[in-house]
Amino acid sequence: MSSNMVAILYLISALLFIFALRGLSHPESSRTGNIFGIIGMIIAVFTTLMFKSVLSYYEIGAAILIGGAIGSFIALRIEMTALPQLVAAFHSLVGLAAVFVAAAAFYDPVAFNIGKVGSIKVASLIEMSIGTFIGAITFSGSVLAFGKLQGTISGKPIVFKFQHLINALIFLLIIFLIIFFVVNQSPTIFWTIVFVSILLGFLVVIPIGGADMPVVVSMLNSYSGWAACGIGFTLSNNLLIITGALVGASGAILSYIMSKGMNRSIINVVLGGFGGEQDTSVSKDNSDKIVKQGNAEDAAYIMKNADSVIIVPGYGMAVAQAQHALREMGDILKKEGIEVRYAIHPVAGRMPGHMNVLLAEANVPYEEVLELDEINHDFPMTEVSFVIGANDVTNPAAKTDESSPIFGMPILDVEKSQSVLFVKRSMATGYSGVDNELFYRDNTTMLFGDAKKMCEDIVKSLSA
Amino acid sequence: MEAHSSEVFVIGLTVFFLACIIGYYVVWSVTPALHSPLMGVTNAISSVIIVGAILAAGPQGFDTSKIFGLIGVVLASVNIFGGFLVTYRMLSMFKKKTKKTKEKE
Repeated sequence: MSSNMVAILYLISALLFIFALRGLSHPESSRTGNIFGIIGMIIAVFTTLMFKSVLSYYEIGAAILIGGAIGSFIALRIEMTALPQLVAAFHSLVGLAAVFVAAAAFYDPVAFNIGKVGSIKVASLIEMSIGTFIGAITFSGSVLAFGKLQGTISGKPIVFKFQHLINALIFLLIIFLIIFFVVNQSPTIFWTIVFVSILLGFLVVIPIGGADMPVVVSMLNSYSGWAACGIGFTLSNNLLIITGALVGASGAILSYIMSKGMNRSIINVVLGGFGGEQDTSVSKDNSDKIVKQGNAEDAAYIMKNADSVIIVPGYGMAVAQAQHALREMGDILKKEGIEVRYAIHPVAGRMPGHMNVLLAEANVPYEEVLELDEINHDFPMTEVSFVIGANDVTNPAAKTDESSPIFGMPILDVEKSQSVLFVKRSMATGYSGVDNELFYRDNTTMLFGDAKKMCEDIVKSLSA
Repeated sequence: MEAHSSEVFVIGLTVFFLACIIGYYVVWSVTPALHSPLMGVTNAISSVIIVGAILAAGPQGFDTSKIFGLIGVVLASVNIFGGFLVTYRMLSMFKKKTKKTKEKE
């Protein structure tokens, strides 16, 4: 196959990837988009297999089968609630693959047309080491993010003295190593870059708390793209450059949207240490305030007599796997002629769009699921807000209390609805460690218990 | 080829910046409800890095580079199959609802 033919096939593949992303502008077109993506990938793989230098079809075929089987098995078995950690795990593989491809190019530069062993072109060496660096960071950062999301590692931010200084020094060290590597092309230095970058990846994610994970997962998504880009430059392969840039841009935009949803800069999130162990203005003494507590029957009664209900789900719903019971509750209310809608805060859950997927899994029509901007002005006209497993994203302190760590964060205005039902396990504060004054208002009823159990009980009371 | 390596780099850079701009506009047009599938798809397509891994694994015989290439192929394949399949699963859940609501209407 001529090199022009290869370039054209790669171009088609890149265009198909762009259409794959474009398809996601609407649920209707999204599945076609996904198919475009698959076709693009098939074209890219087969085009590469047609290269004259590619001869070991059996080995490559076996490798694809092994990887494909593992990937398919995991993707088909995974629970939708475990999606964030799955995505983190997948990112780590992209990073690791980038490291291996860079290593392969370093050990056999002739196969990639970038020079000979010991005399690889300078530009290629720089691109290769940058690809390796980003790939290795993506790998270890994602592994740690996976651990935090899975619960294997505590989700609390781990902060220690001089943390950022140490990271900065390690980063400088890596730059020196890269320069050194370009000069003497030593394998030892190559692997040192890999290991130091892996270390840096761990250190970068360690101070970031559980609920900041949406930003981290998006950022790692972005990194995995830039790693692919770096390899694309090394191999002078436009398909890799284009795809890497698409993925990099996508992750960057998602990180931006997520951090904006928390009114924090990306840098602030990355520096970490937010939430968890911090005890900012947590303990304004609330012991004398009265909390109105209710049970499932009260909640059923309140909602049955309303015209409109807005459900505000949060991470707690995901943890309790309450989405199906919740949808059942919504269905009964709808049958009673009550308007039921869902309000999604941009940072609800542990990854962008997490709540939407869970509600979709439970068969909630996506027309009923609205974003913050779309629904926030409807709360004053709403009788009941049903908050399930969410806390900080409803806290009015974000608007009124300038000393609060969450001040300025856009929130769902549930306090403007006539009454608020809070499904919570306990009075514990949310992730930010800030108390929610909504709990103590007259029109708020607290429903303590497991989110799923509570929804099931409400369903029972409603149908009784 | 060798003599034009700076030219190749500049072409790569041109492609890179144009692709970033396309990415910027395309991603902003993605509806927030589909941000999770977006991560699934981008994860799958970033594994196009398999192209580099196949080139490394291509030559006959066995050497370090080939082993690295094959490992790369395995890792990228996990992602390609896993990424597209999990996205498919997510998107088909969104699809179901459309049908149901249409039936109701």
